[in-house]
Amino acid sequence: MTEHAFDALIVGAGGAGLRAAVELAGRRVAVISKLYPPRSHTGAAQGGIGAALGNLEEDHPEWHTFDTIKGGDYLVDQDAAEIMCQEAVETVYELEHWGLPFDRTPDGRIAQRRFGGHTRNFGEGPVRRACHAADRTGHMILQTLYQQCIRQQITFFDEFQMLDLLVADETCGGVVAYEIATGELHLFRAQAVLLATGGFGRMYKVTSNAFALTGDGVAIAWRRGVPLQDMEFFQFHPTGLYRLGILLSEAARGEGAVLLNGRGERFMERYAPTMKDLAPRDMISRFMYQEVRAGNGIEGKDFLHLDFRHLGARILDEKLPDITEFVRTYLGIDPAEAPVPITPTAHYAMGGVPTDVDGQVVLDRSGRPLRGLYAAGECACVSVHGANRLGTNSLVDILVFGRRAGRHLGQFLAGAEQAPLRLAPEGTAEELVRGWLARDRGEPVARLRDELQAVMMEHASVFRTADGLSGALARVRELRERAVSAKLDDHGRRFNQDLLDALELGFLLDLAEATVASAFHRTESRGAHSREDFPQRNDAEWLKHTLVSRDAEGRLTFLYRPVTITRYQPQERKY
Amino acid sequence: MKVRFRIKRFNPERDARPHWADYEVDADPFDRVLDGLHQVKWYQDGTLALRRSCAHGVCGSDTMLINGRNRLACKVLIKEVGPSIRVEPMRGLPVIKDLIVDMEPFFAQYRAVLPYLVNRDPAPQAERRQSPEERARYDDTTKCILCAACSTACPIYWSPGAYLGPAAIVNAHRFLFDSRDQAAGERLDILAQRSGVYRCRTIFNCTDACPRGIEVTRAIQEVKRALVTQKKG
Repeated sequence: MTEHAFDALIVGAGGAGLRAAVELAGRRVAVISKLYPPRSHTGAAQGGIGAALGNLEEDHPEWHTFDTIKGGDYLVDQDAAEIMCQEAVETVYELEHWGLPFDRTPDGRIAQRRFGGHTRNFGEGPVRRACHAADRTGHMILQTLYQQCIRQQITFFDEFQMLDLLVADETCGGVVAYEIATGELHLFRAQAVLLATGGFGRMYKVTSNAFALTGDGVAIAWRRGVPLQDMEFFQFHPTGLYRLGILLSEAARGEGAVLLNGRGERFMERYAPTMKDLAPRDMISRFMYQEVRAGNGIEGKDFLHLDFRHLGARILDEKLPDITEFVRTYLGIDPAEAPVPITPTAHYAMGGVPTDVDGQVVLDRSGRPLRGLYAAGECACVSVHGANRLGTNSLVDILVFGRRAGRHLGQFLAGAEQAPLRLAPEGTAEELVRGWLARDRGEPVARLRDELQAVMMEHASVFRTADGLSGALARVRELRERAVSAKLDDHGRRFNQDLLDALELGFLLDLAEATVASAFHRTESRGAHSREDFPQRNDAEWLKHTLVSRDAEGRLTFLYRPVTITRYQPQERKY
Repeated sequence: MKVRFRIKRFNPERDARPHWADYEVDADPFDRVLDGLHQVKWYQDGTLALRRSCAHGVCGSDTMLINGRNRLACKVLIKEVGPSIRVEPMRGLPVIKDLIVDMEPFFAQYRAVLPYLVNRDPAPQAERRQSPEERARYDDTTKCILCAACSTACPIYWSPGAYLGPAAIVNAHRFLFDSRDQAAGERLDILAQRSGVYRCRTIFNCTDACPRGIEVTRAIQEVKRALVTQKKG
């Protein structure tokens, strides 16, 4: 095992990890990632990043804060949302100063567009808040941050898979990782570790998420005793390409595209008279399911249409070039001429590793930190997204909290010991790898993954019931039993992706269990969690965050944390 | 439909030299080539190695030679290239295993052109202004996803170390023509070296190969022109 020592180790090279790395430039900091940094999924974000710059019309961070809280169905911690929406403004300017090629207004300012759930004056109507670079805003953010890391000569370990966190006595002292090219194990000792490993949409059959999004950091933290927060809240984005799940940005509707049912009706007008097609994602996905159930799918089938035709080819090529190309490439349809078949697609985990507003991972209701462990971005739950994230706010989250975590981590280093804590790696990672490599008989890992994704799609997607969830929990546990005797074809050391697939399946199975069990326990409907057997939001009993833990015997325990409310009392959500 | 994949396999742990292996899968004409490769990898031979992540042409992981042309496996459909599909690793970079090549030389070339904005003036409170026309001047080259399809399609690039390659030049172009940047001189000095833009023989393979539709050869020509103008000035 090769040993390394750094002050700070960042796991994951998407927006949150890279933003934190820039903040820690000058320290002995390293970034490990299972992908080359420009492959990270931040690069797939399309429509824009929300910030109340007010470049095109009046806007205020307070309006953005309110929209975030209401969009999150009041499960948002309001102090965290205030911080995020305030600091969004300066982080966007900072990116511009680092060269991010935003689109421009005629007078040279950053251009902004409408987006779902973003309103003027506390809900009066849509506001232009999403700062954009065509429909490839995430690509530009990822590129710009990677460029800054190169400029700051940040150390990268590309294509290293994290296997374990070194945790003892409520302190984190490093990471064990697997070098994919050689099969060698590496021990990274560090004063502090930041998890920035992204989401886990790959637990679902239809998802916008990259293959890499298997929740590695979240699952490993859970295995090491960190409770997971609000796992029952998983966002389905309304407009995924039919069957493929590839994302078609909300910017499409921000620029004027509309949803149509099988009768050619613009059905969102019925459900959300003010915001219409720009209502929040959880609501639109639900209404889409309802339309299909009512027989209003296209030709009675299980999909609906997103109609761009009235926008014309010029607007499509100028403002939405990438998604226009996706539709042409993958469906063979020209969106300027024909409506596009779409269904909701698993998109974003609101839940994850609980943190405070400085990215410190917390262990319980009182907010007691796990010393030396930080998390930021989709793997974390601050919680600024509550029960449903607003469009553009994932990019705001990774930048604001990537920066804040990096900053706090830097201060933590100033007060920490000179040498990293000598925590023993205890052999867990080595056993994990050796165990898998020894198996040459059994079911293929892919079959188990296919079954998991089908079960989650069927019972833990937009609508849920007690029966469906309890059945799904049994299925997930059965799959975990079967995974113990699954096989590998590849027993070599060099680029053994067969092994990586097996490890990733293990992470997904853990997170699926946490998701399904948390969803079973929450007997209300809120945001992205819709229980058909409990269709109402129940603030009296459920205005609280779930914390789920698993003990050594595999038993789950649930604790609940209060939601922080500052200025905005829960109200009925109308758009 | 039945699709036949002929894949160039090489695992230096095991094989003395590369060899071809044949596989047959059931596929829909609208499936991606990547879907077909996954069928092989997941259900026939788990030792097959290839990089991929986003599966819709934006992360740049899965460049490979498909029927002799550099393509992203996730951005080409079976119906375009089937029913008989030949897959090989891209050229000009050392093969690590099967379809996976060593990207390190490629990223070193990228880092060499100072691929970041340099502006030494104090930052204003808000954004630096840039007109839509100034923004449009470098739009094309901002689309690069560093997939290496252009560089590894270029015959000049195939002799190791001789040429920075189209992708590095594209990323230099992205800053050279950005009105906010102040490091054109340093960047042009790097591109004027022996391994720089003058290696380009305007073969246009790079432009053909780019999955993002960047006019790569044109960008290289614009950098050459900037060098000439700068020297005169």
